[in-house]
Amino acid sequence: MSPLNAYLLLSASLFSIGLTGALTRRNAILVLIGIELMLNAANLNFIAFWRYGPHPEALTGIMFAIFSISVAAAEAAVGLGIILAVHRHLKTTDLDQMNSMKG
Amino acid sequence: MTVVFLILAALTIAGAAAAMSLRSAIHCILALTLGLVGLAALFLQLGAQFVGFTQILVYVGAVAILAVFAIMMTHRASAPAEPILSASWLTGAIVAVAVFAVLAWAIHSTPALTPASLPQPEASVNQIGAALMHRFVLPLEIIGLLLTVALIGAVIVAMPEKQDTL
Repeated sequence: MSPLNAYLLLSASLFSIGLTGALTRRNAILVLIGIELMLNAANLNFIAFWRYGPHPEALTGIMFAIFSISVAAAEAAVGLGIILAVHRHLKTTDLDQMNSMKG
Repeated sequence: MTVVFLILAALTIAGAAAAMSLRSAIHCILALTLGLVGLAALFLQLGAQFVGFTQILVYVGAVAILAVFAIMMTHRASAPAEPILSASWLTGAIVAVAVFAVLAWAIHSTPALTPASLPQPEASVNQIGAALMHRFVLPLEIIGLLLTVALIGAVIVAMPEKQDTL
């Protein structure tokens, strides 16, 4: 197995672990954490393809990873803000009990 | 494939798996921090120093702390022992296993794109700064605007509402 394949396989495992968490956990914060793990798996792919792909001097993979980390940080801030606002209304972060869109 | 890669990969996978399976939410965040540090070390091993240190600063320093604060603010002291998995957990687990199977099959069946060893590419902070200021200056400005808007929006969303607006 080439190094690139090893990194891609590791990234696929991370993505699946994050997807499992996002689909099965009840706590909304941990679902958000699962989504963060999936984003991190994508970042690992960017860096691995930059390292083992052609033209690494263009730095495209590095730039994509940096911008992806910034967007993930913005997403985490907004997501946790929404969870706090929902918690203020419904007094719960249990996704199975959030069954109404009305505030 | 080196021993260092195997150790870091095991650390990352263990941290991520623990973060998604532990019962207490605070323990989950601590395990996630371990996994993210392992991932940052993998970035360093791949030669992307700047991204590795950014990963530690942003994820371990900001996102994990933010998540801990959110958990503490939404925690109920007298929480009953309720199941940690949602009612439809079996469907979710099957979907995730299927996604992993498809990804692993695709990776396994693709012929190796590159020779096993390449010279380590150079990515100094100097080069990254120059690229951000020349070729990637428009995305940099857009990401700055996005972060400003997202942080203001997060504060407004999380702010306590006035009673008469309800």
